[in-house]
Amino acid sequence: MTSTLTIDGNEAVARVAYLGNEVIAIYPITPSSNMGEWADEWASQRRPNLWGAVPGVIEMQSEGGAAGALHGALTSGALATSFTASQGLLLFIPNLYKLAGELTPCVLHVAARAVATHALSIFGDHSDVMACRATGCAMLAANSPQEAQDFALIAQAATLAGRIPLIHFFDGFRTSHEVAKIAVLEPATLRAMIDDSQVAAHRARALSPEHPVLRGTSQNPDVFFQSRERANPFYDAFPQIVQDAMERFGELTGRRYRLFDYVGAADAERVIVLMGSGAETVHETVEHLLARGEKVGVLKVRLYRPFSAAALLAALPPSAKAVAVLDRCKEPGADGEPLYKDVVTALAQAAADGARAMPRVSGGRYGLASKEFTPGMVKAVFDELSLAAPKRQFTVGIHDDLTHLSLPWDAAFRTDAARQLQHAVFWGLGADGTVSANKNSIKIVGEATGLMAQGYFVYDSKKSGAVTVSHLRFGPAAIRSTYLVEAGMAGFVACHQPVFVERYDLLEHAAPDGVFLLNTPAPPGQAWDALPEKLRMQIRDKRLQLWVIDAYAVAAAAGMGRRINTIMQTCFFAIAGVLPKDAAIAAIKQAVDKTYGKKSRRLVELNYRAIDMTLAELHQVAIPAAASSGEQPEPAAAAAVGIPDFVRDLTLPIYQGKGDALPVSLLPADGTYPLGTAQYEKRNIALEIPVWDADLCTQCGKCVFVCPHTAIRARAFSAASVADAPPTFKHVAAKSKDFPAGTRVSYQVAAEDCTGCGDCVEACPIHDKSNVSRRAVNMAPIAPLRDQERDNLAYFLRLPEFDRSAIKHGTIPSAMLLDPLFEFSGACAGCGETPYIRLATQLFGDRMLIANATGCSSIYGGNLPSTPYTVNGAGRGPAWSNSLFEDNAEFGLGMRLAADQLMGYAQQLVRELAGEIGGDLAAALVDAGQREEAGLVEQRGRVAVLLRKLAASRHPRAQELASVAEWLIRRSVWIIGGDGWAYDIGYGGLDHVLALPYDVNILVLDTEVYSNTGGQTSKATPLGAVAKFAAGGKATAKKDLARLASNYGHAYVATVAYGAKDVQTLRVFHEAESYPGPSLIVAYSPCIAHGYDMLYNQRQQDMAVKSGHWPLFRFDPRLEATGGNPFKLDSAAPTQPIKAFMESETRFAMLARSHPEAAQRFLEQAQQDAERRFKAYRELAQKPADQSKPET
Amino acid sequence: MIDLSTDYLGLKLKNPLVPSASPLSRNLDTALRLEDAGAAALVMYSLFEEELQAEDAMMDRFLLHAGLGSCEAEDGFLPDHGEFRSSLDHYLTHLHQLKCRLEIPVVASLNGISPSGWVELGRELQQAGADALELNVYHVAAEMTEPGEAVEARYLSLLTELRRAVSVPIAMKLSPFFSSLPHFVKQLELAGANGVALFNRFYQPDIDLDKLYVVDRLHLSHPEEALLRIRWLSILHGRTSLTLAATGGVHSHEEAMKLLLVGADVVHLASCLLQHGAGRLTQILHAMEGWMAEREYASVAQLKGSMSQKNLSDPSAMARASYLRVLDSFSPRPGVWS
Repeated sequence: MTSTLTIDGNEAVARVAYLGNEVIAIYPITPSSNMGEWADEWASQRRPNLWGAVPGVIEMQSEGGAAGALHGALTSGALATSFTASQGLLLFIPNLYKLAGELTPCVLHVAARAVATHALSIFGDHSDVMACRATGCAMLAANSPQEAQDFALIAQAATLAGRIPLIHFFDGFRTSHEVAKIAVLEPATLRAMIDDSQVAAHRARALSPEHPVLRGTSQNPDVFFQSRERANPFYDAFPQIVQDAMERFGELTGRRYRLFDYVGAADAERVIVLMGSGAETVHETVEHLLARGEKVGVLKVRLYRPFSAAALLAALPPSAKAVAVLDRCKEPGADGEPLYKDVVTALAQAAADGARAMPRVSGGRYGLASKEFTPGMVKAVFDELSLAAPKRQFTVGIHDDLTHLSLPWDAAFRTDAARQLQHAVFWGLGADGTVSANKNSIKIVGEATGLMAQGYFVYDSKKSGAVTVSHLRFGPAAIRSTYLVEAGMAGFVACHQPVFVERYDLLEHAAPDGVFLLNTPAPPGQAWDALPEKLRMQIRDKRLQLWVIDAYAVAAAAGMGRRINTIMQTCFFAIAGVLPKDAAIAAIKQAVDKTYGKKSRRLVELNYRAIDMTLAELHQVAIPAAASSGEQPEPAAAAAVGIPDFVRDLTLPIYQGKGDALPVSLLPADGTYPLGTAQYEKRNIALEIPVWDADLCTQCGKCVFVCPHTAIRARAFSAASVADAPPTFKHVAAKSKDFPAGTRVSYQVAAEDCTGCGDCVEACPIHDKSNVSRRAVNMAPIAPLRDQERDNLAYFLRLPEFDRSAIKHGTIPSAMLLDPLFEFSGACAGCGETPYIRLATQLFGDRMLIANATGCSSIYGGNLPSTPYTVNGAGRGPAWSNSLFEDNAEFGLGMRLAADQLMGYAQQLVRELAGEIGGDLAAALVDAGQREEAGLVEQRGRVAVLLRKLAASRHPRAQELASVAEWLIRRSVWIIGGDGWAYDIGYGGLDHVLALPYDVNILVLDTEVYSNTGGQTSKATPLGAVAKFAAGGKATAKKDLARLASNYGHAYVATVAYGAKDVQTLRVFHEAESYPGPSLIVAYSPCIAHGYDMLYNQRQQDMAVKSGHWPLFRFDPRLEATGGNPFKLDSAAPTQPIKAFMESETRFAMLARSHPEAAQRFLEQAQQDAERRFKAYRELAQKPADQSKPET
Repeated sequence: MIDLSTDYLGLKLKNPLVPSASPLSRNLDTALRLEDAGAAALVMYSLFEEELQAEDAMMDRFLLHAGLGSCEAEDGFLPDHGEFRSSLDHYLTHLHQLKCRLEIPVVASLNGISPSGWVELGRELQQAGADALELNVYHVAAEMTEPGEAVEARYLSLLTELRRAVSVPIAMKLSPFFSSLPHFVKQLELAGANGVALFNRFYQPDIDLDKLYVVDRLHLSHPEEALLRIRWLSILHGRTSLTLAATGGVHSHEEAMKLLLVGADVVHLASCLLQHGAGRLTQILHAMEGWMAEREYASVAQLKGSMSQKNLSDPSAMARASYLRVLDSFSPRPGVWS
């Protein structure tokens, strides 16, 4: 009997890849990272591969590094693999040419993903793999988790047999992250598929001093060409080799594949050709249309390279009159996408040879970056093919009102197959466990019944307060629906968060006569009345059953805190009817045992109790009789007063979840977007917000300094300017003597933008003398405050900006009165990175050019449609761009070079036009001291005068100067990124930029882990920390990036941790920015990945410094000029054992539970390292000035 | 040859020196060194209910359900270790190892305040080889609504429940804050305890005057703390069938001898071992032998309880110390007051 597992595509592939390889070189990139994580985890558990050895799993510094290691391992005789996607795959390309050129068998598993163009996208399409089609690698496309597993093995067998390296790809997210019930391959099947003689042959070809050969020669025009042609027989043979492997696989498993699999009418007239997950949706639609007598078919492309025209022609019915070839990628400027052109060529050649009639072939683009591809869209393509003259080129799935390429589709079209499935949709919050419960439910159904099961999860792009929508399907036959549950199809809809009833169209998916389960604090008797009218009408119109439970109350009563996942899962099984109730409850309990059994008996008991209590607390609500009143009009949109057109037309619809409906013409053509749109989102995710106690406050500014979301901010203003303040607007006399008498200060909370992290309260140093737990900011429930604080914030923001020159920028109380130009980002609650960015914008925002490496800071910094970077009253602000992950230092350097070049050119023109614009002005413009803000402001004034003069000038070069005049104003170039960039993938560039004399400010937001891709280890990860790719604990010490950088001697370098010493942080930012050469700030940035409540963000920073984990220092080369020691140690000798710090963070603490001996060893080593590092720093700080320069 | 042997919890011990629950038992090597130094039994470090709960919470939040709902960190940031083993598992494994390597009896120590799970836990500890269990009910009675009887009932119900589950002896480690300790000890006896250990040392919260934080600091015991134990052991000796352990303040043979004289069956050591190492146990043992030899005691049994309240000619000396006389005897240093 075939055993089954309910797993996602990544795991399905990783299982095969792990068993069939000896060396696995990995690097994180979404959506392929999970495959590497599995491999690392299994290796840390010492799981053997097929041959009984534990594969060596190694994380490299980049995909380029992984590719090199892969190449080296393969050429030296190991079976080796890697996993990647998108930009990562692009970095593999040079080695892919090498691997193919050297006929090196291997399989690279790719979760295919969009390549960044006008914007980054982590979602799935084929633009990455299509960029590899010239490398010489074979390419095999899998359409589902089942196929991804199967093809991983077929690929391995084929590459060993045919020696051509193979890219095995499947759609990112749609396949890589779809949880599905699959027939799992047993090791015996793998053994039967992999020919040991071929493995031996691979080893025999290895570089070996025992029988040495040379590979990788440099060839001349005489033989290079012939050598390339020499490999032709391998390519000619390879399609048959793959087909043979497929047939052998079919004999072993019963699952039969062909290079091109055709499904449809034998006499089909209309055929769609495509590869990837979309082919399954076409398959489902074809079956629906066949049942209605339509002559249609689908040709699924499996082996894309080497492209076997013969196999294609053999599979495509000769009756086909109209063929649509769909590509999930775009090749701008080409006369068709790659697959289309390959198919056209094959058909044209056959037609030219007289082998068959030439059908009409259209090329269509679909599904870019995981755009939905539904049966309705498939039907639209077939309908188009029915026309006498179908479009040669089209798109489907979008509304193209610009070039009119898109096909209209019927959004209400449903297939027979879909109607035979059970669909369920669950609305949850990211952190409430909805997704994990649903994954669990799918496993229960998949493993406890004969039903097939599928789960796909749609996530918000926010890091905090994210909404998740789970789409589940169950049915008796294979589920081919590779699209989301469609409107009106879900027999079961659950809303796990009470607040969602006001925010989302929860019942759009609900099918008539279905079930709606709502978690609500309203008692059953009042639940109906508590619903919004629109929801009540939908429930009546669709005749839904309404079930309610107060899951949070049940969780609290059961001792589960706020964990509601098990409770809501129990409700689902109790009322959805997927399984008999008792069997389902028993299965949930079994699942609880499996999850918690070995780890915590107490949690097992609590979950059991919660399950039992749930059944008693789940109630059906009687729907009061009332006539349906038809469609309820949408509530009138709030008057968009003062909102820019762009925001109204584009930003707000995206916020409202209507981005799919935006037509092409509304989108910027080049990916350029306005600043300051995060302010329109108003996420309202905080349950409690800080409330300022103006009387207690000393106006120290610390709450403003630490706020990760700029949701608490301070301003100074004259008393006269607040004469018309709302009654609840709080303001008090400024305590600082630096301000004129009568100056008032307000600390205002952005209630609807706050995430409720509480960091401001923790940072407040003020205690009520009669009650120490009361601070000058205290958290309070938002509900009674929201409206008044909304008005107060609007008023606060309308207040005139205080004269920046009258504010001391060097002290925290004053500096925090400077307006931030970074606000309301989508970063996690309690994020340790964002305060640094906000600080930089407060100090230098109006002159900043920011190069931002891909990572968390590029996601919360530039995740459409939220742009947290914003402008000041004069319209100035940080100009920001993200190039790539690996090139950010170089990208920023380019910004500097442009600024310097254009400033130099502008100065040249100023000198040239001195007579025209006045000698004094010209001299001042060229010689202006702009290092400090005052000088910069004066220069802005001069440039304004210059522009006025130039406007009136008839000098032939006047307009040329006007076009570059703004470059006369100094630009502050900031290069910002995380430790993954700075320590690993971008280190080469970072090092190069540091070695140069250019004036750039590099801010490394060091979370000590790849936060954005989900927590993989970097070279910044400390010794003994557990992270993905370091499941057994990081075995080496953290790289001391700051110390390395200071070795150059000419770069300003500092380490900071604002939670430990905010004054030093502020000072460092000023020093770094004012330093006229390269500056590096390595900023300790607590992250939720560290595994503690981010409320304690600052406490952990303090512990990091006091334990010696994160010593603070500054290296300022300017001090040398005055005979001083450039190295200043800003933190004292460690006063706490590093053990206390490590035990307080899960990333370290969990190792003591899994690998206690290693944990103890690392702990002792970490203590020694901390002591040794501090000693070395102290010696540097104590050296006489002339000896303090580090040795290089 | 002086016979140092004693009985505690029905266990025949070669001498009365028993290291109490402390980090020293976390490590097999230090445990072996304690045995080599002459320890007669070993009380393992405590398995704290709160520690298990905190671990559950940590695991639940940061390992099992750490997903934020972001598609790039959908399952959280830390690998979900299939091999993750709870503190309880580690404790059981360690107990098993200690039992395999040590010849002396090993007492497992439970520290908790609620009945949930302790019964099952007690069974597992017994299965893993514990020779006895010490139940440390670390309960600070801080509720205005909780009467003294309820506090006592909490101890008794825990004991009753555990007694039903295990057959090995049970010692109750008590705090000094009972209105009527003898009466309460009697209740424990009736509920099936085999011994009491006097007294638990509550770690008192301290205040950081700079930051106005409440801080927990570990303060090791002082010899003066033995005095409280002396009084109450003296009172209990001979009035209960429970065996008696003195814990807290034993730093030299002097405190040990005093406690034995008033009736302790064993004396526990922790602070002095943490400060001075296993050798201190040997020193104390030798000094005890010396003291006894000098005074021609033949055995610990002979002197045990010889100065208990029951055996004193003036029982009130222990029951109500002549504090007036003691206070009056205090003379300030010259220059302090005059």
